Amino acid sequence: MSGDSPFIIVLLAIVGGALRVSTPFMFVALGECLTEKSGRVNLGLEGTLVLGAMCAYAISFHSGSPWLGVLAAGCAGSLLGAIHGYVCKLPRVNDIAIGIAMMLFGTGLAFFFGKAYIQPSAPRLESFSLGAWTGNQQIETALQINPLLLVGVVVAIAMSWAFANTKWGLIVRMTGDSAPAARAMGVSVDMVRFLSTTAGGFLAGVGGAFLSLFYPGSWNQGLSSGQGLMAVALVIFARWDPIRCAFAALLFGATGAIGPALQSVGITQGYYFFNAAPYILTLLVMIASAGSKQAARNVPGELSITK
Amino acid sequence: MADIAEPMAPPMVAASEWRGDLSIRIRRGAEYVAIPLFALVVSAILFSLFLLALGKSPIQFFQLVHQGGFGTAFSIQNTLQRAAPLILTALAVAIPARIGLVMIGGEGALVVGGFASAAIAIPLVTGKASPMVALIIMAIAGMIFGALWVGIAGFLRYARGVNETISSLLLTYIGIATMNFFVEGALRDLTNPNKPSTMPIGDAYMVGKIPGTDVHWGLAIGVLLAIVLHILMSRTTFGFAVRVTGGNARAALAQGIPVGKLIVICCLIAGACAGLAGFYEVAAIQGRANASLVAGYGFTGILVAFLARHNAIAIIPVAIMFGGLVASGGLVQRRMDLPDATVLVLQGLTFVVLLVSETLYGRFKIFQPPITADRT
Amino acid sequence: MSLLNVSRRSFLQGTAAGLVAGATGIRSAAAADVTIGIVYVGPRDDFGWNQAHATAVKALKTLSGVKAVEEENVPETDACAKSMESMVNLDSANIVLGTSFGYFDPFMVNLAKKYSKVEFRHAAPLWSADKHPKNLGSYFGYLNQGHYVDGIAAGLSTKSNKLGFVAAKPISSVLSNINSFMLGAKKVNPNAVVQVIFTGDWSLPVREAEAVNALVDAGCDVITCHVDGPKVVIETAEKRGAKTCGHNASQAPLAPKGFITGAEYKWETFYKAYATALGKGEPLPNMLAGGYEADMVQNSPFGAGATEAAKAAATTAIADLKAKKPIYVGPLKDNKGKVVITKTYDNLDPFLDQMDYLLEGVVGSIT
Repeated sequence: MSGDSPFIIVLLAIVGGALRVSTPFMFVALGECLTEKSGRVNLGLEGTLVLGAMCAYAISFHSGSPWLGVLAAGCAGSLLGAIHGYVCKLPRVNDIAIGIAMMLFGTGLAFFFGKAYIQPSAPRLESFSLGAWTGNQQIETALQINPLLLVGVVVAIAMSWAFANTKWGLIVRMTGDSAPAARAMGVSVDMVRFLSTTAGGFLAGVGGAFLSLFYPGSWNQGLSSGQGLMAVALVIFARWDPIRCAFAALLFGATGAIGPALQSVGITQGYYFFNAAPYILTLLVMIASAGSKQAARNVPGELSITK
Repeated sequence: MADIAEPMAPPMVAASEWRGDLSIRIRRGAEYVAIPLFALVVSAILFSLFLLALGKSPIQFFQLVHQGGFGTAFSIQNTLQRAAPLILTALAVAIPARIGLVMIGGEGALVVGGFASAAIAIPLVTGKASPMVALIIMAIAGMIFGALWVGIAGFLRYARGVNETISSLLLTYIGIATMNFFVEGALRDLTNPNKPSTMPIGDAYMVGKIPGTDVHWGLAIGVLLAIVLHILMSRTTFGFAVRVTGGNARAALAQGIPVGKLIVICCLIAGACAGLAGFYEVAAIQGRANASLVAGYGFTGILVAFLARHNAIAIIPVAIMFGGLVASGGLVQRRMDLPDATVLVLQGLTFVVLLVSETLYGRFKIFQPPITADRT
Repeated sequence: MSLLNVSRRSFLQGTAAGLVAGATGIRSAAAADVTIGIVYVGPRDDFGWNQAHATAVKALKTLSGVKAVEEENVPETDACAKSMESMVNLDSANIVLGTSFGYFDPFMVNLAKKYSKVEFRHAAPLWSADKHPKNLGSYFGYLNQGHYVDGIAAGLSTKSNKLGFVAAKPISSVLSNINSFMLGAKKVNPNAVVQVIFTGDWSLPVREAEAVNALVDAGCDVITCHVDGPKVVIETAEKRGAKTCGHNASQAPLAPKGFITGAEYKWETFYKAYATALGKGEPLPNMLAGGYEADMVQNSPFGAGATEAAKAAATTAIADLKAKKPIYVGPLKDNKGKVVITKTYDNLDPFLDQMDYLLEGVVGSIT
């Protein structure tokens, strides 16, 4: 093991980091992608993520079944999403501001009820390794995969396919691109957005379950250091494409792993900037891709953050 | 983004009616007071139900909020002190909002601005500059760097169409990392081995308290700035052009309004406000720059601004209300054995209800002007 | 300056020992009612720093005539000054304890000047007689002694001879724990090396988990840490099959398979001393600090990860520390080859509080 070159160690750590860290980003980004495709922004998914993490942990603790916890997290998330979706249809109510308020509310609820669950130990989700056949322990651990990651990938593919090929997908996209056009087709714009925000909340809640039940796999108040907010950025980064959201989440996870990985092989200079790498990278990509015709074509026309 | 700008009558109508019809102003003013009050009552009721469900006394809770936030001379000063940075960071959100931008990078601008003032103080203090001069230079440095930070987001929006909400958020994280990099590296004061900080500026260089109170001058400056910016936004050609752009940027462009320039200027003003808040954190509170600058004032300011409906004057009472809630949070924790998150729940709930109450504007006849023909 | 410090400290340790004896001896003697206000920077139940304090306060509440008011999640801004002031004004606290480093200067210093009748005590060795008010003071446990014991136990429990340390920031108290941990490990196992990863902040769960994974990937089979809440580090290491040493409070329940032992504070000693002295109207010491010799730090009970040899060596090491046997036996080089510790220092020597280097045997860099 000690014979491995630092390069391999860093590479493995980055791949492993991408697989470990990316799942919450992926779920929140997919949820936000769905919501934004329908023409609404939910900035409150950070609160949803935290509440989801708390509920998942609590229910897993009480029921003994982590998967029940995942379901509970999704339900808590869709409840917050439903509130957001409902109040934003009222005239003059600003979706971005409501999102920020919901973020506070969700976080507050999670911290309030989560007090009792910081100490106890709940059953966690099990993982399996894609690298078991190699017989190399490092590769095996780097390729540890949680079923939720696969679920996320499947959701991304399904969502992408549904947007392109199903009636529902078309309705969501149309609502997002032009509310008047959707209304003309007899679509209830408010209902579509309500459902999209609720479903988006469900996904973000599940992302939270991953945080508390798999990685880092415990519940405490500092659990999410802004992952929910960053996932919203990822959607823009991924230009509202579910598949690209999944890749962006993986990339984000990988850049996040660079800092600790480099330190583990003795490269320690400027670790603050390695830790800030995901943010710098996102900003650069946004600058590079913004303004292009390609990007403009992908933006849902109704979206308040791009008007 | 017309919906986030204050939904007042079109400016031209307002200008002609201002002096003309007092009753309209009173009616509309009453609406701006009555609806938020109603929303506050609703959220108080909802929160009381929440407490009752937990077996806690809502009466005791609100008594404690009153006692801890406003009940004694100490409580009031506590509240005002906590409100001081919020006024400035809320202005940093409200000004860009008037031109239609959702800028949430106040936190980053505060941190970068505070750090810049502390950094420039090092040669000033070691060179024994006069405190007045040093403080002015520090304040200007804080404002310039804060302005730059939000200005970058504004410029990117203008030049490349980069979404300002996300870019300002990213810039916040980058700003914090930048400060940490310097504070733990090149500019670290080695006499303080356990908390990486810049060199302390020393008591002689600290901003004082407002005479007779325990509240620093940042509050007075914040109030003054809020008034000045309110006048700028409501009574000048510049403010008019900003509001037209916020209402409809395409129409504004068609009318020859320099939209890009206005966007960048609004962002610079906003960043300067947040940077000034950072300066006061350094020069009136911490005495140095370190990770404690990242205290969430910038994020709280977003809510204050939205609750004040991006009206610079309204920011003052909203920030004070907020300060009172936070100030009483500790007492609630201690007396009622409730977790500190209780106040978070109440805040979140209040904000959701207040924001939802936006939908009530214009729905009550009693607040509407008798003649509606002028309103478009 | 350092001479002055030494004499001040050894004098105060004398009084401290007396106080401690008094506290445990005459428990019911707290006649007058005492209200203790305590402010935490994070949640009270973080499995770490704040929990260690809160556990002690809970024990304090059982004493008759002692009331404790607590506030958690108070940031190191003027919010902490206001919380403390509010405890003085609205709860009539007789003594206010600040437990986070950044509370001291300027906040507690200014408060002590403003409220000269109230006692203020702060949990880090920052108070100095010539600079600060008399009703202000410091208390601190030399946790590095606990980490030294951890290191000894870890050095005899490792197979790969690589020990991992997840640290928050490269500041003196953290560096002192890392160096002591390494010296402990090296003492019993000359082949041991300690690899350190700095996360950059006190509470970053995902990055802490990443750091553990990176260390385990690099071959470390024992992991310890110095972050605010070690829960994530310990649990992640346990999941990866690595053994663990704890920090701040007992994390033994989190790692049933791999827990070796952990460095813990014993704040109870301090807080009971304060409560008793206040109850009897006696003056409080301005500086209350010590390690094993004053019963101010302790090690968590051994877990399943500790080998028999490790248990025996660690127990001996604890007895040595109680007898004030020094950890830092000079001369010692830093990990760049420069001699930074020229002679043998007493365990409580202030010279060691100013550490800004990693010693030879630690892999990592503080810049």
